[in-house]
Amino acid sequence: MRLSAEEQAMAAGERGVALREAIELQIAVGEFYGAERMVAVTNAHMMGDIEVMGDAGLEHLRRLAEQGAHCRVDMSTNARCFDFDWVERLGQDAGEAGKERRVIEHLRALDVATTDTCINYQTIYQPHFGERLAWGDTGTVIWANSVCGARTNFEGGPSAMAAALTGRTPEYGMHLDAARRGTFVVKVEAPLDDLADWGALGKLVGEPHQSYYHVPVFTGIARSPGADELKHLGCSLASYGSMAMYHMVGVTPEAPSLEAALGGNPAREAVTVTAADIESVYASYRNQDASCNFVVFSGPQLSLWELKRLAGLFDGREVHAGTTVFVTTSSALAAQARKLGYIGILEAAGVIVLEGVCVYILQNLSAMRAANRWSHMISNSAKIVNTITAHKFNTILRRTEQCVEIACSGVFR
Amino acid sequence: MNAPRLVIEVTRAWGPAVEGEAVVSAEGFSPRYDLDRWSGVITKRGHKLEGVSICDKILFFPTAKGGIAAGWAFHDIKHKGIGPKALCFGITNPVMVQGAIFAGMPITEGWSQDPLQCLRSGDWVRVDPAAKRIELLRRP
Repeated sequence: MRLSAEEQAMAAGERGVALREAIELQIAVGEFYGAERMVAVTNAHMMGDIEVMGDAGLEHLRRLAEQGAHCRVDMSTNARCFDFDWVERLGQDAGEAGKERRVIEHLRALDVATTDTCINYQTIYQPHFGERLAWGDTGTVIWANSVCGARTNFEGGPSAMAAALTGRTPEYGMHLDAARRGTFVVKVEAPLDDLADWGALGKLVGEPHQSYYHVPVFTGIARSPGADELKHLGCSLASYGSMAMYHMVGVTPEAPSLEAALGGNPAREAVTVTAADIESVYASYRNQDASCNFVVFSGPQLSLWELKRLAGLFDGREVHAGTTVFVTTSSALAAQARKLGYIGILEAAGVIVLEGVCVYILQNLSAMRAANRWSHMISNSAKIVNTITAHKFNTILRRTEQCVEIACSGVFR
Repeated sequence: MNAPRLVIEVTRAWGPAVEGEAVVSAEGFSPRYDLDRWSGVITKRGHKLEGVSICDKILFFPTAKGGIAAGWAFHDIKHKGIGPKALCFGITNPVMVQGAIFAGMPITEGWSQDPLQCLRSGDWVRVDPAAKRIELLRRP
């Protein structure tokens, strides 16, 4: 790689141990991918919760803080595994909660804004076309690349941290034009009326095309989609397909036309998704004992508008006795939704609203599942239906209204 | 040393050379979706390696699933003493690469022959990132 004078100084240790280690990691990753240079980034977003980083990760952050490291660019944080108001009530481990508090302390010492949200793009920072970022959670990445036309790879926690410290990232993958061109075409012939339909579309396209280097180009979308619809599509594509970008002709900025989206690539394959295909996703889940005592609206966290709509659906109703319903959002949105009355309605119905977390990363989730006899998780998010599975849940995707109906009736449909 | 029984050339690679027992998967992998990160056992229901421990193994996966979590997860499981010796992917994603390098765990991407066709779980293999090759040394 060609390194600037400043990058060489970092690599030589002239800017301290933390920056030397950060840029060494970035150089190794860059060389793996054949990157020619580093590019400056303007914003970083990192996943950093105790559930995923473990004691070794906590120690890494402690050491960085001790070394006096400091972010050169603004960095926000992703959802974490504790809402501290709920530790006891959820039966979570107080010792681990203490560690999570230390994670937050170390991050703040590094000048990280611990916003604890996976929807930073809806709430914290909206990048412009061509802007270089170092973001992770995958949902944030696919949003930035696809909807904004900004440029970022999937950046894991330590890698995003390194980018925030050095202010740059190696130029490979989604930073290069070649990787951003569409690789196959998806003709959509389904109405996609619910957020879960958009997630189902992402599953249908992502699962059989699992590759970071696949960039689907959607055509035939009948109307202008809303932000939450694109959010659920992107999160699902990233989760099932490990994809970092899609195009939607006439919607996303690098796809004014099919030809532009493909950028000279031959359309190797054309996939058609019909309404029957979407229905087949819903029909594919098995629930032999009709267990449905765990309903989740999370992963990604809910936007203000999702909270508003969900409050409308739960208004005047009550969660079925013995059923648990979790909703997650960011603390900032929760404060606003509380003022607007949405959270009051949800809580009056018996819904548990958790802040700054995502359900699939909650500490102690497997034990929580066993203690509460949650064998199945029902959700309108295709992403969480995929991501929660290591905790041995059987998972079922249903449309939003159906989820609410199941939550309030205790009857699986 | 005897000549390897088989050599797979890889496209990209990082890390020190290691030898170990192969685990060959027909299904992709995510340390967050598929793995119990406290035991090192793949626990996702229906995963083609469900019930298999990845501890000290050299893992062959056709694809990477997800996921940002791998950035921390390999480092975490290595320090818990349940990490694999190396990760070999057909197609991977940057987080697997970042996470493996952060953990000091050898990683490769791309292969001249599909391991599903030429390797078996239980084979003793050597991953040599500097030479961009994987060698089959012994078959039990």
